[in-house]
Amino acid sequence: MAIGVKVLKRPERQVSYIRATLKGMALTFKHMLEKKVTMQYPEQKSTDREHGMPDYSLSSRWRGTHRMLTDEQGRSKCVACGLCPQICPDNCIMLVPGEDEEGHRYPLIYEIDEFRCIFCGYCQEVCPEEAIHVGVHFENAEYSRGRFVYDLERLSAQAHPVSTLWDPSDPKGE
Amino acid sequence: MTPEMKAFILLSVVKMVVVFTIIMVGVALLTLLERKVSAWMQNRHGPNRVGWAGLLQPAADGVKNILKEETFPAEANRGLFLVAPALSFIPALLTSGVIPFAAPLPLDFDFTLPLLGRFAWHGPMPMVVADVPVGFLFVLAISSLGVYGIALAGWASNSKYALLGGLRAAAQMISYEVAMGMSLIPVLLMSGNVSLAEIVSRQQVGGPITWYVIPLFLSFFIFLVSGFAETNRLPFDLPEAESELIAGYHTEYSAMKFSFFFIAEYANVVTVCAMVTTLFFGGWDIPFTDWDRSGGLLPTLATWLVFFLKVLFWVFVVMWIRWTLPRFRYDQLMALGWKVLMPLALTYIMVVAVALYLIERVAGLTNPVAVSLAMLGLNVVVAILVFGLLDSGIFIHGSAQRQGVLEQRAERAGTGG
Repeated sequence: MAIGVKVLKRPERQVSYIRATLKGMALTFKHMLEKKVTMQYPEQKSTDREHGMPDYSLSSRWRGTHRMLTDEQGRSKCVACGLCPQICPDNCIMLVPGEDEEGHRYPLIYEIDEFRCIFCGYCQEVCPEEAIHVGVHFENAEYSRGRFVYDLERLSAQAHPVSTLWDPSDPKGE
Repeated sequence: MTPEMKAFILLSVVKMVVVFTIIMVGVALLTLLERKVSAWMQNRHGPNRVGWAGLLQPAADGVKNILKEETFPAEANRGLFLVAPALSFIPALLTSGVIPFAAPLPLDFDFTLPLLGRFAWHGPMPMVVADVPVGFLFVLAISSLGVYGIALAGWASNSKYALLGGLRAAAQMISYEVAMGMSLIPVLLMSGNVSLAEIVSRQQVGGPITWYVIPLFLSFFIFLVSGFAETNRLPFDLPEAESELIAGYHTEYSAMKFSFFFIAEYANVVTVCAMVTTLFFGGWDIPFTDWDRSGGLLPTLATWLVFFLKVLFWVFVVMWIRWTLPRFRYDQLMALGWKVLMPLALTYIMVVAVALYLIERVAGLTNPVAVSLAMLGLNVVVAILVFGLLDSGIFIHGSAQRQGVLEQRAERAGTGG
């Protein structure tokens, strides 16, 4: 016998397996009556708060579709500091800064290519104004490739919850 | 042509259309039921998107299969490749023609149609497409034809997987045919007839006590097991063992030709379940009542429903087993068929013949219920003996025994060398 082969003791009695078959049938029948574990996706979503399936909730640390937060006047919080395109490992953020009469910097163009994005969440971590966020959201299918470049307006219009990211002082999220 | 003859043809055509339609729609729905049952047994929901609770799923599948491309493998035998699905499809549907599915319906009409002439019918109309006096033999004969379609499909595909599947199907179906036929001889001994209508009416005498499953339990058991093998269902689905043969004999088939094999498989399942119902569970008999034989429209419909429910139950059992047991190994399958089921069936024929002779001729019992109960007593003893012996590891070669043989052989080789 080859090394490391585990030899199981074979049954010597009850080798017709009639009893084993009946036992198995009882087991499968029992499973028929049990609660179904499938989540009915379009009706129930793991991003919903009340889908009744706690096991399927997305983590609050989930890093999905981006979202730009806005202030009370509906303007984006972004000050066009340029940190997020700087840290972005795959160059998916395009930022053209502008300045108004009062000297406030704001983004003239702010675009994120969701195709190039690897959802690392560095942009959210580095943002001094807590403006750009990755979100707890995953449904971003589109009919054309062009639609995957999100502009500022679209980023601001997103309404899903934002990611809490990983907190080193609380590694298990407690 | 006499008016009675014309009425007979008219009624036969109507019955054909009705039965064929019910079987085809039923088979389509069975594919859905199979997926539902498998899902339920795995704590899932199963298909539930197309139509209400997924009821239109078979229609969607059918449309998909009709629209799909027909592919032909290179170097395939075109003619046989095309004929094979039909060859397995036709026998599967043919057998349903001789199984009585309800109590005879008394009809009384006499009318004249323009051009066609006069139609007349007086008396009960048997609720079976063809009331063949040798229905029993017909089913056995036709059901063994199905193997041609599968073997030819495997051969004509010019593919090693298909060929292996076809070969396995041929060996398996021919082997289990023997056990199946043998297991049914006790039924003939009990009923003294090969007409399915007569077999059903014999079982009706004493409600569920005279159903042949009670006096002939072992026959029923062997028939059920060989029925699984005949329809290539798990645990005997070696011809299409997907883990080793991709899809077995229909690997190279696409579109509607593949569907035909699928329909044939489910039609065969329905046929086997209808045979189990007819031969062992009283056919369309409603237990504990004689009302079902009183004649009339209502009893006919009620017995039809009861027959349908019985068949549906057995179809469910077939699916239940499928999602419970793993597949047999090929040599285990052959050993079970030839070394266990066939000798068992042969012995059982002897036992039943002797017992019936003793009960009916020597003891002089003629009341069917008493005969049935006496046979039940015998069956309990036989069942305990058989299953006790099977479990003892003498007849079925468990792997422990095989291990012992290997060890002995190794020992002998060691001392001899």
